[in-house]
Amino acid sequence: MDEALKGRDLISVLDLSGSELDALFGIADEMKKYAKSGTDLLKNRVLATLFFEPSTRTRLSFETAMIRLGGNVVGFADPSTSRMTTGETLADTIRMLDSYSNVIVMRHRIEGSARLAAEIATVPVLNAGDGSQHHPTQTLTDLYLMRSEFGHIDQLKIAILGDLKQTRSASSLCFGVSRYKGVKLYLISPEPLKMKQEVKDYLEKSGIEYIESTTLDQYLGDIDVLYVTRLQKERFADPSDYEKYRGSYIVTTEMLQRAKKGMIVMHHLPRIDEIPLEIDYTPNARYFEQAANGLPVRMALLSMIVG
Amino acid sequence: MSDEETQLLIRRIKEGTVIDHIKAGEALQVLDILGITGKDGEIVSVAMNVSSSKIGTKDVVKVANRFLRPEETDKLALVAPLATVNIIRNYKVAEKRKVELPDLFRGILKCPNPTCISNRKNEPIIPTIDVVDKEVPILKCRFCQRVISPSDTLLIA
Ligand SMILES: [Zn+2]
Repeated sequence: MDEALKGRDLISVLDLSGSELDALFGIADEMKKYAKSGTDLLKNRVLATLFFEPSTRTRLSFETAMIRLGGNVVGFADPSTSRMTTGETLADTIRMLDSYSNVIVMRHRIEGSARLAAEIATVPVLNAGDGSQHHPTQTLTDLYLMRSEFGHIDQLKIAILGDLKQTRSASSLCFGVSRYKGVKLYLISPEPLKMKQEVKDYLEKSGIEYIESTTLDQYLGDIDVLYVTRLQKERFADPSDYEKYRGSYIVTTEMLQRAKKGMIVMHHLPRIDEIPLEIDYTPNARYFEQAANGLPVRMALLSMIVG
Repeated sequence: MSDEETQLLIRRIKEGTVIDHIKAGEALQVLDILGITGKDGEIVSVAMNVSSSKIGTKDVVKVANRFLRPEETDKLALVAPLATVNIIRNYKVAEKRKVELPDLFRGILKCPNPTCISNRKNEPIIPTIDVVDKEVPILKCRFCQRVISPSDTLLIA
């Protein structure tokens, strides 16, 4: 087992170098074998899941990963159902779970909370999304799918579509691709929901080429990956904007016919109506594989960090 | 105006700190970042747009009976990177300091992001701002990772 990640926190995908990502994806390939049968690699180890904000998919994926590795899970799914967190500081909650567990996974809506947890805990802390732009394990899953699909991530042309301002998977993916060479990003969003300036500053500093646009159409023939995010009405200050933009951010079979051959459609799920059900049956759809990959990727991560 | 006239314009102090070579017109920002409001009763003299043999025109701030701590001097690098700080004891310059950005500000500056966990009162947290680029300069909150530029409102922790 690769020792490089042992005991490390994962707050942002940028905590990992390109070669560490490669090593992790290599182990994820191995882990696919145990995704159903299980192993006892992390026997007697305990994962604490602290979901101060509900996220069923991410939590179940982490919990299953730990169980398949032979470990156990404690924690809570939603603090409103748990008396434990009422009135207690985050720091005190972390200290308690730190003493019970070998690794902590946390989601919290307040920006910077994962970093605070990491400073307090003696065991590694994995960020399952905090209020900021980071969601590293989603990005690992996304990159892993692209690597499996194309055999490489270098040189890929990736369009990210939808609410780029408030979707942490979208900003986190921008950070993630900066570990690869020659990637080109197409940031397609309504004017009010453009990618945050500091993420774009980061791309520029890292030499990642990107284009911003409000329409995808003219790029359909160029892109390898169409990464779709939710466009939610409540995210628009002006509801008429939502009506105005909505139609351009729904994937259609007609669009897929005009797309570059082999283009894949990804989505971090759950979706609303931005990917209609008929897309599921096209050869382009990869979002179910993407979701399924979360398991071997998280198994690889846990085994490397806790192992 | 000669340097001598400038000297006359602001009286000498017996004990305290003189911040010299502040870019003309920026003395108020210096007071701001040091949290000097005048409400604590200290004697503060400010001279703005006076001539300087070194930089054309400049501002000068003198604060009597207050000796800037080194970490306060660090903070000045954000608004007055060319300033010099003289600590005065018994009318004499006891110590001369160059203003320089440190690698990080710990417990000195607050993150300007109101939704950052470092701004929550009940958590045991020391606001930590990393200086990621000393040239530009670029600062980044250790916790929320927000990039902070010196033109953002800088609050004192
Ligand atoms: Zn912050």
